Amino acid sequence: MKQYPEILDALYEVLQPFVGEKGVVLSEDTALVGDLEIDSVKLLELMMEIEDRFDISVPINVLPDITTVKDLALKLEELLN
Amino acid sequence: MSIFDKFGAIASLRDDFMELGVNPFNVVIEEVLSATEAVVNGRRTILAGTNNYLGLTFDERCIAAGKAALEGQGTGTTGSRMANGTYAGHLALEEELAEFFGCPAAIVFSTGYIANLGILSTLPGPRDPILLDADSHASIYDGCRLGTGEVIRFRHNDAADLDRRLARLGERAASALIVVEGIYSMLGDQAPLQEIVAVKKKYGAYLLVDEAHSLGVLGEHGRGLVEQAGVADEVDFIVGTFSKSLGAIGGFCVSRWAELEHVRYAMRPYIFTASSSPAIIESTRVALAVLKDQGGELRARLWDNAHRLYLGLQRLGFSLGPETSPVVAVSLGRSKEAALGIWHELLARGVYVNLVMPPATPNSNCLLRCSLSAAHTPEQVDAIVEAFAALQTQVAAC
Repeated sequence: MKQYPEILDALYEVLQPFVGEKGVVLSEDTALVGDLEIDSVKLLELMMEIEDRFDISVPINVLPDITTVKDLALKLEELLN
Repeated sequence: MSIFDKFGAIASLRDDFMELGVNPFNVVIEEVLSATEAVVNGRRTILAGTNNYLGLTFDERCIAAGKAALEGQGTGTTGSRMANGTYAGHLALEEELAEFFGCPAAIVFSTGYIANLGILSTLPGPRDPILLDADSHASIYDGCRLGTGEVIRFRHNDAADLDRRLARLGERAASALIVVEGIYSMLGDQAPLQEIVAVKKKYGAYLLVDEAHSLGVLGEHGRGLVEQAGVADEVDFIVGTFSKSLGAIGGFCVSRWAELEHVRYAMRPYIFTASSSPAIIESTRVALAVLKDQGGELRARLWDNAHRLYLGLQRLGFSLGPETSPVVAVSLGRSKEAALGIWHELLARGVYVNLVMPPATPNSNCLLRCSLSAAHTPEQVDAIVEAFAALQTQVAAC
């Protein structure tokens, strides 16, 4: 069983490479597309990485509901528990 | 704010194309001269990007059958298969497809896109897992999107990755539908089907193979990768198209499960689309007969051409797809402008290929995608290689 803060920390780690030169400070409110410029193809690749990291299945059907890091963390918490 | 504002980036790209004088995504074939040549921009051009693998678009027997149907049955059915749009020819084609694949059930659709839309939106029920190869065609993604199944991607052509993802599903894996393609349309690579089948059997899942680019191209009798890999008894559904090797337009699904017939009555994309015109159905029936009777000879010519082009471009040092295939993809860099320039130069030299840009490409690079035909002559293939050779410097700098 994974707690929300633990999931969030893991997500910050996975998302760090997308920060690059953008000067974005990762937070729960960081928008995956708007702030980190993760396009649809990169997002799909990222989800596979997240699935492997947490050893879960994240159906791509849930992606339209995910805008921010918090949305993603909450969804992972739901799927993990 | 206009409803069209969101298309601003597309509009800007289109304007750039128009400045160049030709839009790669709206090429006009001004006159078709044969299965492999046309007039484009006023110039005689070799067609090397049409998926016309067996070159049957100008087969006299197919044309005669289409003509006779046009005269005898009219220009269209004006209705869906579920209403007035099922003619005797539609049923005959279904029977012939079932016989060709050795399956008890077959359904004919108006396009290959609709075949995937119909099957994938309907077959998996709510929360049934669908395991997709990550490089699946848009019609596969769109079909899943229209349905209620849970869509999970696995890494391209990676049976071990598929295995891991099925394992995570626990008991639900037994109701999962795995979807792969015979030949992937962008790079021309084949699915490792025997390995995929082994994983499928391990979990008791179902397997669908899209043979859009492999029907007529692979297998001793042209049935596709399923035949070539010797796994016909383990594949549950085969989807395909008439718009490539069979030279017309339409799609189909065949299954080793007779219950596919029940699915027919539940597929909205099938129910609410007008059926194929009689001329299309009859030319397709003849093309299928040609594939059965003379497919071996056509396939041999196609593969000779594929090897000739692949080796020719490989010798020149181009970065190509992982294996020889009737789809030969030349990988470029990420610059869309540079890729467009090279594509345009090829066209100016009398060679039409497909320009494919991200996100439609598997690796974020632009591609010049060639597809061969049995109808290409060796001289035409050499001319394609020569046109690329003349652009080696630009491609290297791209």
